[in-house]
Amino acid sequence: MVKKKAMLIDITLCVGCNACQTACKEVNHMPVDEEKALSTTAYTALNEYDGVFVRRMCQHCDDPTCASVCPVGAFTKMPEGPVVYDVDKCIGCRYCMQACPFQVPRYEWSNTYPRVQKCTMCHERLAQGLPTACSEACPTGATKFGDRDDLLKEAYERLAAEPDKYVQKIYGEKEVGGTSVLYITSVPFENLGFRTTLQTTALPQLTWNALSKIPGVVTVGGTLLFGIWWITNRRHEVKEFEQKLHDTNHSNHGKN
Amino acid sequence: MKKLFTTFGFWKMTAVVIMIAGLYSTYVRFFHGLGASTNLSDTFPWGIWIGFDVLCGVGLAAGGFTLAAIVYIFNIKRFEPIIRPTILTAFLGYLLVVVGLMFDLGRPLQIWHAIIMWNPRSVMFEVAWCVMLYNTVLALEFAPVILEKYKMTKTIKMIKRISIPLIILGVILSTLHQSSLGSLYLIVPDKMYPLWYSAYMPIFFYVSAIAAGCAMIIFESFLSSRAFNRGLELNLLTEIARICVVMLGVYAVMKAVDLNDRKMLSLLTVPRFETYMYWFEVTVGVIIPFIMFTQRKIRQNTTGLFIGAVLVVVGFIMNRMNIAITGMEGWTSTTYVPSWNEFSITMMIVTIGFIAFYFIAKYFPVFVDEHEHEDVHKNSVNMYSMHEDLRKVSSPV
Repeated sequence: MVKKKAMLIDITLCVGCNACQTACKEVNHMPVDEEKALSTTAYTALNEYDGVFVRRMCQHCDDPTCASVCPVGAFTKMPEGPVVYDVDKCIGCRYCMQACPFQVPRYEWSNTYPRVQKCTMCHERLAQGLPTACSEACPTGATKFGDRDDLLKEAYERLAAEPDKYVQKIYGEKEVGGTSVLYITSVPFENLGFRTTLQTTALPQLTWNALSKIPGVVTVGGTLLFGIWWITNRRHEVKEFEQKLHDTNHSNHGKN
Repeated sequence: MKKLFTTFGFWKMTAVVIMIAGLYSTYVRFFHGLGASTNLSDTFPWGIWIGFDVLCGVGLAAGGFTLAAIVYIFNIKRFEPIIRPTILTAFLGYLLVVVGLMFDLGRPLQIWHAIIMWNPRSVMFEVAWCVMLYNTVLALEFAPVILEKYKMTKTIKMIKRISIPLIILGVILSTLHQSSLGSLYLIVPDKMYPLWYSAYMPIFFYVSAIAAGCAMIIFESFLSSRAFNRGLELNLLTEIARICVVMLGVYAVMKAVDLNDRKMLSLLTVPRFETYMYWFEVTVGVIIPFIMFTQRKIRQNTTGLFIGAVLVVVGFIMNRMNIAITGMEGWTSTTYVPSWNEFSITMMIVTIGFIAFYFIAKYFPVFVDEHEHEDVHKNSVNMYSMHEDLRKVSSPV
């Protein structure tokens, strides 16, 4: 059984050196110039809020919305944690972008055969037993890679050790059913651009509520429609038959 | 120039201009990409090609399955004279939805992937399959009209043998994907403005599509009667308006109950853009036509019917655009205004629909002669065996 990996991002430790983005770009063979927002050439980026730096990236949800909405299953949640995108399947409907509760996927708008781009959680490195490139490059330990269970435990220990410093919440523990990227902070999350109103159950359940009714609609609907047709058709036939009977009777009477 | 205008006709000129603009935009779209041709962005990935071309295209084609159910499942045969043009409208509508999708999809050549790469958890996957299958059903439902012209009676008979299962399949597929277009948006509970977001969106989409489908039957009958100088089946359209008004009533009550249940009634008086758009949609598309169509006088009046139908269609389009665009702008804090390329391609697709309808109706027996129809009907009452012939003449299947 593979243990689910995760990254713990302690916002209080981040100094905004951008080493994570540089390492990410090198691993993914992208131009290394600094970018301030997520893009097709920046899978991660630092947002600054009054001297506080927040790393943006794909949250790698446990039950990813993107994977559930994709009509061709181009997104897969790997048992190790990463949510990966398969361009060879993608038809370019952009439902993943529309649906993502964190607004992460980016699109190659200027490309005539565009791809969706987002953090891969270095799944190829993970397969070799290596940590993610960004966590390896982080000089302060603001981004820490490890087993999700262990990191959650550690996060709780940090919150408990300094209750006055930390907001008593781990963002990503429960959001949309839990994610593989966890955040802790000393500044309220809502002031750092985090969506704190997200529900704690996974979003795919919302569409599944509707989709799961399809077999019922097909069987009940089909039977009902066939039944209605049978009755109305029978009525039609009987009426015609009676008319015919009436006509023949009538003409027989005429003869007698 | 003036001479050219009069000889060629205003509408034909308009169509030509739209087609030229549309073809240019098509070039921009496919040779320079979605970024160059649209105002879509990472924060606003779905625009009017989804909001109008797909959501409205499918919804406005709902007359097809509604009327097919009335005529063949409920056996209300007096509606037969309008079934062929209605099926044609639906068929063209659905084909054009696929055309629209080819523009919107980033990798259109991969569209067939949905056939072999399955994801049953995806609403989009379900819609894709329903639209594929329903296009096949519509093709078979409409095929007899084409085959009749070439006197291919054997093939017509073969299609007729499966006609009832085919109609039932069509009704079920329509029920599924009309509602599923609403289910598409169930996944964005935080992004959509709460006046529109509801767990009952699938049902709202279904009911409003039937109302709009009925309105389209009336609208299309009027245009055809003018374009082909033929009579109007006013009494049939009056009855269609009755179905429409019932659906509008059901829709209005459901929407009100839903808003109340979600404790969102107070949003109706909040002075902001979404509120105005919501009221516009509801007033134009539901309240006014509901009041109009409840009046017998208006239902039996040509102008009244036409205006009511146009209002329902406009309101329906507003509803879908509000859900796809207005309702999504607030959360993303973006304003999306379609680029002129997006407009011109949409207009080109609509124009192709009108032109295709015109030519198919002109060269194929879409409008069956009413007298011929009545003669056969009389015979069929007398002779049981003529029943089959009646169907041959007047039904698409």
